[in-house]
Amino acid sequence: MKKAGKKVNEFSTPYTVTNAVTKGNIITKISLLIMGLGNIAHKQIGKGIMFLAIEAAYIWFMVTSGIYNLSMLPSLGWREQEKVWNEKKSIYEYTAGDQSQLILLYGVATLYVTFMFIIVWREAVKSSYKSEVLAKQGRHLNSFKEDFKSLFDQNLHKLLLALPIMGILIFTVLPLLYNISMAFTNYSKVDEHLVLFDWVGLANFKKILNFGDSIGKQFYSVLGWTLIWAVFATALNYIFGMLLAIVINRKETKAKGFWRFCFVLSIAVPQFVSLLIMRSMLQQTGIVNTLLLKYGIIDTALPFFTNATWARVTVIVINLWVGIPYTLLQVTGILQNIPAELYEAAKIDGANAVQTFFKITLPYMFFVMTPYLITQFTGNINNFNVIFLLSGGNPTPVDATAGKTDLLVTWLYKLTVDKNYYNLGAVIGIMTFVVLAIVALVTYRNTTSYKDEEGFM
Amino acid sequence: MSKQVSSGTKIRKKIVNVLIHIMLAVLAFIWVLPIFWVILTSFRAEKGSYVTTFFPKSYTFDNYIRLFTDTSILNFPKMFMNTFIIAIFTCIISTVFVLSVAYCMSRMRFKMRKPFMNIAMILGLFPSFMSMIAVYYILKALNLADGSMIRVALIIVFSAGTGTGFYVAKGFFDTVPKSLDEAAIIDGATRWHVFTKITVPLSKPIIVYTILTSFMTPWIDFIFAKVICRADAQYYTVSIGLWKMLEKEYIDSWYTCFAAGAVVVSIPIAILFLFTQKFYVEGMSGAVKG
Repeated sequence: MKKAGKKVNEFSTPYTVTNAVTKGNIITKISLLIMGLGNIAHKQIGKGIMFLAIEAAYIWFMVTSGIYNLSMLPSLGWREQEKVWNEKKSIYEYTAGDQSQLILLYGVATLYVTFMFIIVWREAVKSSYKSEVLAKQGRHLNSFKEDFKSLFDQNLHKLLLALPIMGILIFTVLPLLYNISMAFTNYSKVDEHLVLFDWVGLANFKKILNFGDSIGKQFYSVLGWTLIWAVFATALNYIFGMLLAIVINRKETKAKGFWRFCFVLSIAVPQFVSLLIMRSMLQQTGIVNTLLLKYGIIDTALPFFTNATWARVTVIVINLWVGIPYTLLQVTGILQNIPAELYEAAKIDGANAVQTFFKITLPYMFFVMTPYLITQFTGNINNFNVIFLLSGGNPTPVDATAGKTDLLVTWLYKLTVDKNYYNLGAVIGIMTFVVLAIVALVTYRNTTSYKDEEGFM
Repeated sequence: MSKQVSSGTKIRKKIVNVLIHIMLAVLAFIWVLPIFWVILTSFRAEKGSYVTTFFPKSYTFDNYIRLFTDTSILNFPKMFMNTFIIAIFTCIISTVFVLSVAYCMSRMRFKMRKPFMNIAMILGLFPSFMSMIAVYYILKALNLADGSMIRVALIIVFSAGTGTGFYVAKGFFDTVPKSLDEAAIIDGATRWHVFTKITVPLSKPIIVYTILTSFMTPWIDFIFAKVICRADAQYYTVSIGLWKMLEKEYIDSWYTCFAAGAVVVSIPIAILFLFTQKFYVEGMSGAVKG
């Protein structure tokens, strides 16, 4: 608690919006409306003009298109494309109808820009108030040049973060918000709502969570398989990877470098290449089945991707092939980092190899690798590549949209790209997020490295 | 007596040792097998995906030649160049982004630091391509989704959001001793100088790691590329091309070429990776000693 209190104080300043409104003078109050006025009045002209320019740009944007975008947002458009007879040219002409997905995008973007503008506005008000207070106290006010220079020193973070954050805001956050908003519409191929669609509230969520609905039933079975897959893929990778690393690291093992090279070689090959190779090897007419049939080991081709259970086991096993080398690399580094004193002390106390393993190696690894395990687990829930490239989610029952090996993410892909059920895809995305958020919260809170950041001792 | 016991355990140890080596050999064989298989296939003279022997009946170099000369249906050389150009730009932009963000999170103290880190973690929990359709419409609204701008669009898609992936690099920067920064600042260096003249030169492993991973993204991703290129085969990247070769309509004539393409793509990446493996491990565990 003490720590948290200190953190708040660290960055608290007297230059807040509330103080500006209550204690500021008339110029500061006017700059609530005309941004940057306070700065200009106190000779910070460059800064002031910048704020003013942002305000002008925002107002121009709102007048030319923003207000219209917002006004269309509640209805999402209604004008259908129509054929109109043009008397003069004597041809049919098409009137431009509304396109709901564009209206939604522009609406969300406008809200987003407005939100960003409010943040800038707050900064402008604070800055005006600050210049007023500093001027009153007769203290130094930064000139534009000094402000610029500070970008390379104490304000370096503003310079360095500007572009990356812009990128994240425009190409990660905005699309995400847009996509989330789709979850509350009927934007889908069902009933031909691909051009014009409406808000439907929580109907999609009800549909997906409803056991009785066919989509709902598939959701629960896909969710179940996703969790099983993630648990098995993570745990088996970890256990086998660790065993392998320990075996290779034994004092008696010869040619350590060579063994490591063999396993690590598979990381060096791009994943989608090795997965596509595996898929073609394991087809009904692939080399594995062909050779086994030829030598009479089996009578009929093994149903690697055509039988549900076989397919599930196959993807987990192949994921081991993909994942173990990564664990091996990680664990090798950690094994070599375990403080030697711990082992020496154990030896003096007369502990044998098994005891040292269970009392020192294992707890240490768990401590260091918990964050890694959690990222692996969440990564596996979102493991699109392995499933999509290997089994493609198959086998798929005739009347279903989700196959027996489909994860939530691959189902999402199928729903949006193949089926054009954009709204359901968005709901699945949100549900995936919810599952991951729960997992991340619960596990992070219960790990030793979260509770005690000081370290393993 | 005691000598006998020790020789007994010695023999047992030896047997265990031999068994372990045999097991390692078997496992290593399994791990190398698919790679070996694809290399063999790339030199296979028989066409088609259905073969009955593990080793090809005759060897040829034609698959490679065809891959780079037959540009009528699937233009592999063009895809290769597309991917290469995109990879170079992506690599530059995302390395700058990741290192900048990581440095700020590690060394600067400002109000938005903690919130930013939390938001980055939350964003990471959404399936990365959940919003790909939305990204496509945004690129379309910016006039970047058609014609030659598709390359720009792909560069943006691969690099714009990389700022959230700063965790590994931040962990590394955290291990660079802070006393170096402080000494430099006392000597009158600005933070910009500290970043470019001290932190970056000391962080070679993580820089190599970042460059490598970001360079590899366009080669290995194929979902985003597929959504953005749509049917515009002129701008396909290598991964879409290879995937296409295994589609039903192409697999019979292109299967061995697929293997050749897989080898061609893998070789540079494998060499880069094996050379920098040391950096990779160091970067992940973030150790600057001394």
